[in-house]
Amino acid sequence: MTAKGAVPRPAPPGLAWLGIAPFALFALLFLVLPTIKIVVAAFRTPEGSFTLANIAGLATPSIVDAAFLSLKLSLLTAALGGLFGLLLAVAITRGGLPEWLRHATLSFSGVASNFAGVPLAFAFIATFGRLGLITVLARDWLGINLAAMGFNLISFTGLVLTYLYFQLPLMILIITPAVDGLKREWQEAAHTLGASDAQYWRMVALPVLWPSLLGSFALLFANAFGAVATAMALTGSALSIIPIMLFAQIRGDVLQDPHLGYALAFGMIAVTGIANLIYILLRVRAERWLK
Amino acid sequence: MKRGKFWSWLAAGTGALFFFLPLIGTFEFSLRARRGIYSFDAYRSVLSDPQFHATFLFSIVMALLTIAVGVLIVTPTVFWVRLKLPKLRPWVEFVTLLPLVIPPIVLVFGYIRLYNTSSVLPLTGSTLGTDLLLVLGYTTLALPYMYRAIDTGLRTVDVRTLTEAAQSLGAGWITILARLILPNVLVAVLSGALITFAIVIGEYVLAVLLNRPAFGPYMVWMGSNRAYEPAALAVIAFAITWGCMGLIQLIARLAPHTRAKS
Repeated sequence: MTAKGAVPRPAPPGLAWLGIAPFALFALLFLVLPTIKIVVAAFRTPEGSFTLANIAGLATPSIVDAAFLSLKLSLLTAALGGLFGLLLAVAITRGGLPEWLRHATLSFSGVASNFAGVPLAFAFIATFGRLGLITVLARDWLGINLAAMGFNLISFTGLVLTYLYFQLPLMILIITPAVDGLKREWQEAAHTLGASDAQYWRMVALPVLWPSLLGSFALLFANAFGAVATAMALTGSALSIIPIMLFAQIRGDVLQDPHLGYALAFGMIAVTGIANLIYILLRVRAERWLK
Repeated sequence: MKRGKFWSWLAAGTGALFFFLPLIGTFEFSLRARRGIYSFDAYRSVLSDPQFHATFLFSIVMALLTIAVGVLIVTPTVFWVRLKLPKLRPWVEFVTLLPLVIPPIVLVFGYIRLYNTSSVLPLTGSTLGTDLLLVLGYTTLALPYMYRAIDTGLRTVDVRTLTEAAQSLGAGWITILARLILPNVLVAVLSGALITFAIVIGEYVLAVLLNRPAFGPYMVWMGSNRAYEPAALAVIAFAITWGCMGLIQLIARLAPHTRAKS
């Protein structure tokens, strides 16, 4: 393959493609084919002919309930994570806070957005669980019995609280550049024209940020929808969300129909795929303002 | 702006509270194993558990193999696309982002059905095959991070000139990649490697569904069988994640000339 002489011989077009063959093969075998396998099997009968029965089979009550719970969890954690993430992003970029705090927040967010998983569930059990630090302190110092007030970590509320630990930092990471893109001149111009801070945010900043906000919301939604390890470690299988249901199906065919499992997995790809598509489209639109 | 500043501090303070309380709570909980006083008993119990040694070692080996495979696949690809197929770049980039779109549980479901014992490539039929599948699955999960790290690293390198210079001196592709490109993106490769390590070490879904004795499933098993040890494990896992991310920052700071400008 070595080209002799000072000027390298241009490789024939076919040969140039050979250079990415290892990557293409890897992506095909471990990314594309497994996905295609799921999608195709979701539309096939065990005998191999085309059918919509598997997809229609998703309409059983237990799966519909799980889907609603998953949607509720993803929407709620995306909305709350998005809102608080935005507030923090505004605070560190526009709030007159020292530079080191902005730096520290962004670094921390980079790490914490990767915290999803088993250890995160343990951390919340150790903190907000029945014997957790906060539960004990609330009881001993403030005389508040969290459990008697109806708070239980091993529940939907507890899961929302736990998911926020990685959703919020992800929001900070993706929205901070957009908030940075708000030009100071716009605020000054608004003030010169007699606008209050609230009016500036409502009529200038938020409309400009809107595509970024919606896009981030979609990404956070997908992020929560696909997560499974945190929920498994926190609630076992007490909360039946779609990924936990798929997990049980893979381990032991709990739906008693392998092809229903494919349909379930296909449904997950469809939801996260659409959410990501929305994110990408809105991001392209948002970049018009941020140039 | 005085009032705005107050609200900013309040937001930052509340955020800090939410983020630090679980870390403090976990550490405090992990010290409670002995009745009445704080002790490191939970850590002692974890660190002397043969299961901990076995699973932790298994996950470390998996992580190192994943890093090796990832670097070997991604570096030549990034280099080659830059040099010969720049038109393909958006497509390659798109493919590398797919693992962030397709949930890992769906991917591993596909693996299990595609590479089962009755398939053309029966990877799950043997322990070695399953381990290989696990490593390649982890390589897929880490692909977005590895690709972005190395792609950013190569951005500051004039690939074409370097390659032509090397070729005019008679170097072959292997030499160019191993002795020219790799040393130039070493910092980027290291950050990609550290992120990969942080992802693989505590991973649960792939390992448990492929039935391999990794650290993630061990943690879950401990979680349902012990009281204080899980908190100790969480502290250890967090320390590893923080260590990896801290090292990335440190490396980037110590080698500023290779940091990408944009």
